[in-house]
Amino acid sequence: MDIGGKLILNADVTRKVLIAFLRSEIKRFGFQRAVLGLSGGVDSSLSCILAAEALGAENVLAVLMPYRTSARETTEHAAQVALMTGVRTETMDITTMVEPYLLKHRDMSDVRRGNVMARTRMVVLYDHSAVWNGLVVGTSNKTELLLGYGTLCGDMSSAVNPLGDLYKTQVRQMARAVGIPEAIVQKAPSADLWAGQTDEGELGFSYAEVDKLLYLLVDERFTADEAIAEGFDARFVATVTQRLAAFQFKRMPPIIAKVSRRDVGHDFLYPRDWGT
Amino acid sequence: MKLKVGLAQVAPKLGDVQSNLRMHLDTIAQARQKGLHLLCFPELSLTGYALRDLVSDVAMSPDGGNPVMAQLLTESRDIDLLFGFIEVDARYRYYIAAAYLSQGRVAHVHRKLYLPTYGMFEEGRFLASGERVRAFDTSFGRMGVLICEDFWHMSAAYALWLDGADVLLLVSASPGRGLSPEPDLGSARSVQLMNQAYATFFTAFVLHCNRVGFEDGLNFWGGSTVFGPDGKLMAEAPYFEPTLLTTELDLAALRRARQQLPLLRDERPELLYSELRRLRKLQD
Repeated sequence: MDIGGKLILNADVTRKVLIAFLRSEIKRFGFQRAVLGLSGGVDSSLSCILAAEALGAENVLAVLMPYRTSARETTEHAAQVALMTGVRTETMDITTMVEPYLLKHRDMSDVRRGNVMARTRMVVLYDHSAVWNGLVVGTSNKTELLLGYGTLCGDMSSAVNPLGDLYKTQVRQMARAVGIPEAIVQKAPSADLWAGQTDEGELGFSYAEVDKLLYLLVDERFTADEAIAEGFDARFVATVTQRLAAFQFKRMPPIIAKVSRRDVGHDFLYPRDWGT
Repeated sequence: MKLKVGLAQVAPKLGDVQSNLRMHLDTIAQARQKGLHLLCFPELSLTGYALRDLVSDVAMSPDGGNPVMAQLLTESRDIDLLFGFIEVDARYRYYIAAAYLSQGRVAHVHRKLYLPTYGMFEEGRFLASGERVRAFDTSFGRMGVLICEDFWHMSAAYALWLDGADVLLLVSASPGRGLSPEPDLGSARSVQLMNQAYATFFTAFVLHCNRVGFEDGLNFWGGSTVFGPDGKLMAEAPYFEPTLLTTELDLAALRRARQQLPLLRDERPELLYSELRRLRKLQD
């Protein structure tokens, strides 16, 4: 089976839908503007361009939030995308926000430190959302969401996420279609939370491979055995299926204990777009 | 005779009946200006689709006692109307329904028979299923109405055809999904095929009115179509754009198509009845 072929999108239709989605889901809440964190990576670059097309560049604020160890290249890439799109930008170096806390816990692991930074960026973005009067546009793609590769209450937080149903492979395809420079599309994805960090290094497999497997398991509802029969390594399949289950909690609101006959977690059921 | 129809490919506002009523009245005014005989709106055009627990808030019974119905009935004096709403019956069961209004009266109400309750769909959680699938008479001939999931079940369309429907009015709030290299969404393509198949097999007119807009991240793909009794596409609305699609149905085309291809004449429903009886006995 040509799984790679099944991941290919019609970029024009996808772009049209995602732009209309952003326009609809932002404006119906009474907002004309958006704010997002522009990291220099392919995901936030794509979100930025889509938001600019949906709302007008003058209505999008891209916040660049480097830390002292951020690769200089990423900041340059972010600036490049901002220039390309004509969005408003602001640079808020988060070093002075996180450092006092990090210094108090010098034995902190890389993961902990990374999460502190991701959550700090969330704080900055949401505060800017209030003053800029725009909704936070997310950048988490389908691969990250399924694999739980994101920070809860960090980069996973947003009001509206146009990339959530695009696999990383498809984000790259769309990025090329909207004209994002190849250097940004090609570089190894990284949360850039510590020097030399890469997504694929942390995950232990490539996006290209895992996207194909996820497509089979999630979109086509193949069982693990059926995926192995398609040629995927059994251990790889086991790792991924285990991750899918293990991180379901990250994709959902906090669990609530039912005590009453109608509780907000189970049976108080209204559309998120309620009243809009 | 020539029947001028309009398919109102609109984007209703979720949960806001008053705003949607105004939208209906505006569209009816446009249709009247164009001299249309019949104007169709999509599934749940008065209420929006992703209602969940809002179902009871927006429900109404299709009689003149209800002010919204009363207004639409007045409008229907000089133009036939088909629109979508949530119906509540005398015993507080709620249905996804479509009402056909003509000359100030309710000619027919169809209650959605098949409520998708799988994957992204949860209609069965909030609503009751309809129990009847019947054709009805209009000044332009006998017609039938089905709502969205209904037309995925051939038996429903077939029942209407057997009951005399020569015009099928299919209304939907169909969400777009299924990316591929093709210039449309997978779900759209499946529905177009179905509409064309029905038109071909029944040698009947098949009109499909789908909505547009977004609700809770779902996009509605529009792409409303009209197919003729020769199975050919007569008119189509763009994907995703609000549109008033108009076309003229030459009802004489039914005769010409059936002279050429007398599938209706040759149909043997008694075969089906006897096989269904046998299968039913087997099940018991």
